[in-house]
Amino acid sequence: MSDTVAKAPGVPPRESHWGSDAAKRRVRRRYAADRRLQIYGLGAIGLAILLLGILFSSLIFSGYVAFFTTKVGLTIYLDPNVIDKADPGAANYRKITRNAFFEYFPEVKTPKERRQLAKLLSPGAQYVVRDYVVAHPEEIGNLVEVKVPLSDPYDQLYKGVIPREIDALSGDRIALFDVLKRQGVLQVENNKAYLKTDVYINPEDVPEGDIEAADFQRMVNEAFRAFYMRARTRAYEEILSQKAAATVKARVLADPALVGKTIQVNLPLSKHYDKLARLGEAKTLNPRFSSERDLEWFDSLKKRGLLSTPFTWELFLNADSRFPELAGLAGALTGSFLALLVCFLLSFPIGISTALYLEEFAPKNRWTDLIEVNINNLAAVPSVVFGLLGLAVFLNAFGLPRSAPLVGGMVLSLMTLPTIIVATRAALKSVPPSIREGGYGVGASKHQVMLHHVLPLAMPGILTGTIIGLAQALGETAPLLLIGMNAFIPSIENMGLLQPAMALPTQIFSWADSPERGFVSRTSAAILILLTFLIIMNAIAVFLRHRVERKW
Amino acid sequence: MNDHSRPFELSFGQLESAASDAGMNNNKVTSRKVSVFYGQKQALFDVDLDIPDRAVMALIGPSGCGKSTFLRCLNRMNDTIPECRVTGEIKVDGKDIHDPDLDVVELRGRVGMVFQKPNPFPKSIFENIAYGPRIHGLARTKSDLEEIVISSLEKAGLLSEVKDRIHEPGTALSGGQQQRLCIARAIAVNPELILMDEPCSALDPIATAKVEELIDELKENFCIVIVTHSMQQAARVSQRTAFFHLGVLVEEGVTVEMFTNPKDKRTQDYITGRFG
Repeated sequence: MSDTVAKAPGVPPRESHWGSDAAKRRVRRRYAADRRLQIYGLGAIGLAILLLGILFSSLIFSGYVAFFTTKVGLTIYLDPNVIDKADPGAANYRKITRNAFFEYFPEVKTPKERRQLAKLLSPGAQYVVRDYVVAHPEEIGNLVEVKVPLSDPYDQLYKGVIPREIDALSGDRIALFDVLKRQGVLQVENNKAYLKTDVYINPEDVPEGDIEAADFQRMVNEAFRAFYMRARTRAYEEILSQKAAATVKARVLADPALVGKTIQVNLPLSKHYDKLARLGEAKTLNPRFSSERDLEWFDSLKKRGLLSTPFTWELFLNADSRFPELAGLAGALTGSFLALLVCFLLSFPIGISTALYLEEFAPKNRWTDLIEVNINNLAAVPSVVFGLLGLAVFLNAFGLPRSAPLVGGMVLSLMTLPTIIVATRAALKSVPPSIREGGYGVGASKHQVMLHHVLPLAMPGILTGTIIGLAQALGETAPLLLIGMNAFIPSIENMGLLQPAMALPTQIFSWADSPERGFVSRTSAAILILLTFLIIMNAIAVFLRHRVERKW
Repeated sequence: MNDHSRPFELSFGQLESAASDAGMNNNKVTSRKVSVFYGQKQALFDVDLDIPDRAVMALIGPSGCGKSTFLRCLNRMNDTIPECRVTGEIKVDGKDIHDPDLDVVELRGRVGMVFQKPNPFPKSIFENIAYGPRIHGLARTKSDLEEIVISSLEKAGLLSEVKDRIHEPGTALSGGQQQRLCIARAIAVNPELILMDEPCSALDPIATAKVEELIDELKENFCIVIVTHSMQQAARVSQRTAFFHLGVLVEEGVTVEMFTNPKDKRTQDYITGRFG
């Protein structure tokens, strides 16, 4: 008895695995896995934000200059003898504008020089003056101050987008030149750079001892090749001036006994390499400017304080133009608005009706399943296919006008419909069944329950889907290009549902394709404006979604 | 064992009124051989049940026994569930509710319903109650409508609590108030029969007491069928009780008798807490 008591002293220690090393290791590993998952997520989000930041900063960096245009203030006397008060738009504004501009440069007199000088002004400057006079006919007879834009290269130069001079030599040319530099065979004398080298006056190249007919160029090239034994191109030959051979020839002519000997000569370098050797860099005039003279004129304007960079209201007020300093988005905004209006008017009622029928009334059978699958497939169809469909059906079969916002809206609504249908069905499904039961419980019929209770409650969700669909449609380019909604529209006066138009994305597309430097920043600015619209639309969608969440 | 057979203290008053109800023959609803199928699965088997007017009939039984299903047959709420099929005959005031001539919307107007979870519309208190009368054309003028709303709120015992905020959202009320609002909404269309599907299961005891009080008052004018999980509640508010088990109506009778002297073994087991 006493034995058993001694063997069982109180409660035996519990065999527990919870405190073991293996268990602790498991806990540590679990924590590490949790942390790893978090880090992956954070990394992904960080990467996304970084890329977004790069996108936006590059857009803003290249686009902000488009919001300012370089303009020169012209003092113009609106001569009533030249401008007819009854029809102020008919006068020769080209002449009026140019003459006002030439006032600044009385020293420029010849017609040729004046033509050159006029190139500083935007080709559209005369229309700016005309529009001003047409808008202010009471000013005729007065001296007025009008700011007209400079032409694109000078606009870009003033804003510091493009340099006055560019590098004359490419990087690999400079590398070739560095070979000579490293060997210390270059020297500068009398403000000119020379290559100091030996040239073998090869008797074979001197036909019958006639020094006049000798091929000194060949001899120079042979000598020069020694520096570039392993070069694959003969581009190095342009380093030497054309006069190098003549220099050797002069030496040999002076002393015919040198034939067959090796002489040491200083060979002149060609223009850009000469600069590179002396100054360390070789610059040349930016080819966008025709001469130094033009830049002197520009500098003179700048020095006299005649140039300014006011905000580019033209970007919003003007329609498209061939001249970037005058091109604006008014046409594209109008076109996009009209197309989205058509898209909304078509896809909103059709989408809601479809979703309502499928969700609330349709029997669940194979046919409705098929329709459902196809609607979801429709959402995945590439937009260019919808564009082709629009081209084939709306334009060719129905004979609707090309490039028209009506057709654009119809094509876009094909893309928006599945989004709206899917969003509407989700919104209808999310209305709690208790609301329907409550409606039925007080004796409401099916359509009363739908219209009075379910649809109003689902509406924020439906609107969210609609806005997201429209935002997608706003940025859609390919289908609009296919139905030709990238027309060149220089004026918004005649725009309508059936008239040719362009939209924001197609405008961006066509500007991005233009060679003028000013369109680069215009493109970025247009993208920024498009993105602003998209952000506003999405913000409205998010706001509506929040309101739904608050209700339940 | 004796203790278990008399689980609830019942007053003499209740006994008396129950006894007098038992003798009545003014049945509001008669159902014969009612069966319900959900697809292939049969949920209710040949239920024959008569429900007296101006009284409270409680349907009790364990979860999934078919009591809610039977309740939802009475206003054809099961029609809204696809794949649900009802056979048999249900007559309200002697008229078959499955008669093709009978309009289901009108039926649901005559047979109001209160649900387990308070489900006011996300609208104002006024709009919640005015909705039914409006769609049924019960009010000609705006003042008529206001009168209906006020009297419904009063009958539901809610008027004193909400009269200052009648245009505020009904969803802002407390759970018990919401449930009474739903009752007010149901009686606003002037039904003859009110179906209540576990109306107090989402409420706290104080709100439950108020709703039960209300049910007791409403039975003066309405025929009430209430599904409940709480046997105490069935004993407190109902005059007659029907016990369902596995889709079968096991026993039906005067509440007091049923709780004191159940005829069927299953009933006895249920009310004494053997299962459920």
